[in-house]
Amino acid sequence: MLSAENLSSVRGDRCLFKELNFSLESGELLYVHGHNGSGKTTLLRILCGLMLPEEGEVRWSGASVRGLREEYTKDVLYLGHKNGIKGDLTGLENLRISSILDGFELAESDAWKALEDIGLDGHEDLPTKVLSQGQKRRVALARLLVNHAKLWIMDEPFTALDKGAIALLQSVIGAHLDKGGLVVLTTHQEVPLTSGRARRLKLGWRD
Amino acid sequence: MLKVFLWVVRRDLILSMRRRSDVATALFFFVIVVSLFPLGIGPELDTLRKIAPGVVWVAALLASMLSLERLFAADYADGTLEQMLLTPQPVALLVLAKVIAHWLVTGLPLALMAPLLGLQYDLSSQALGVLIASLLVGTPALSLIGAIGAALTLGVRGGGVLVSLLVLPLYIPVLIFGAGAVEANVSGLGAQSHMSMLGAILVLALVLAPLATAAALRVSTE
Repeated sequence: MLSAENLSSVRGDRCLFKELNFSLESGELLYVHGHNGSGKTTLLRILCGLMLPEEGEVRWSGASVRGLREEYTKDVLYLGHKNGIKGDLTGLENLRISSILDGFELAESDAWKALEDIGLDGHEDLPTKVLSQGQKRRVALARLLVNHAKLWIMDEPFTALDKGAIALLQSVIGAHLDKGGLVVLTTHQEVPLTSGRARRLKLGWRD
Repeated sequence: MLKVFLWVVRRDLILSMRRRSDVATALFFFVIVVSLFPLGIGPELDTLRKIAPGVVWVAALLASMLSLERLFAADYADGTLEQMLLTPQPVALLVLAKVIAHWLVTGLPLALMAPLLGLQYDLSSQALGVLIASLLVGTPALSLIGAIGAALTLGVRGGGVLVSLLVLPLYIPVLIFGAGAVEANVSGLGAQSHMSMLGAILVLALVLAPLATAAALRVSTE
């Protein structure tokens, strides 16, 4: 479904990677790893369409994502380093506005439930700026529970999370894969998920 | 589509209401700059009446420019802008919604306050009417044009100064016809032709500026 053909990226005068090829089918997880500065984030941003590769192409169901644009973004959920939530809005408001932008309206009760499931107990209606790092991350992750996107692209999703949340996130990702979804993620933490059925892609030259 | 549009407008209005001090700064700036001129020049009514349209319009221009930074910078910093670009919604539509929300809390109060400030310049009630009308048509155009500059300078060091260099020259036509409308009324010529030009600029900006801003945002977030 998702395939990369001859991708290469140059930042400044440094070549991060070149002639990168891979493809990912339904129900598969791609674990991108490599040392700091090896271009993981750049690759993920290219995959979701925020950046253009120097050369090569990203294809979704056979068609170039550059031509698909809105048809592709409908299928993709990107979770970057930044949480993408507003500090002045509550968890509920954040979740509902991001849902409407993703193209579906989320009832308030469903938003409550999703935030409760992700473990934000009791803090759903506080402005997210007063929450801890991990709780903010949970608000951002709540999108995973309500979204219909097929491809999840996640940059370091496990940072700032406690043990319980890491286990929860792994089971959410597992369930998504079981339903035939696709996941691309980077992480420095070894978790059972990445060592299990994952396909691995190594960037950079160092060990 | 309309629903998304209204939600984004609502979101930005809620955010402005929770950060009221940011909104108030630009408005107070406008009030103070306009009030400084009569104090500096003294109570010569003839002079004041002559400079009134220009002074009020230049102050409106600067105040609207001051508030431009707020338009995208916060969303850029916390990653919500990036998320907006990745949604299946047309980016130009989201931009238009954000600009309208921005105008509702900066341009609109500014236009409504102008007649009160105009009293300091001994403008006739008719001229005050034209002033408010010209600002109501002109300030949305300022917000729309300014959004292009704000999007282009996102994440650039010293973006605040750069945005004024980029945007102020583009504001000139709005200034000429806006201030010109009030002047024409004061001198008894009738403001109609100036107002039509102002309206034409607004329509043009409504159509083209969101597209240009959307393209600029894609470049800035790369």
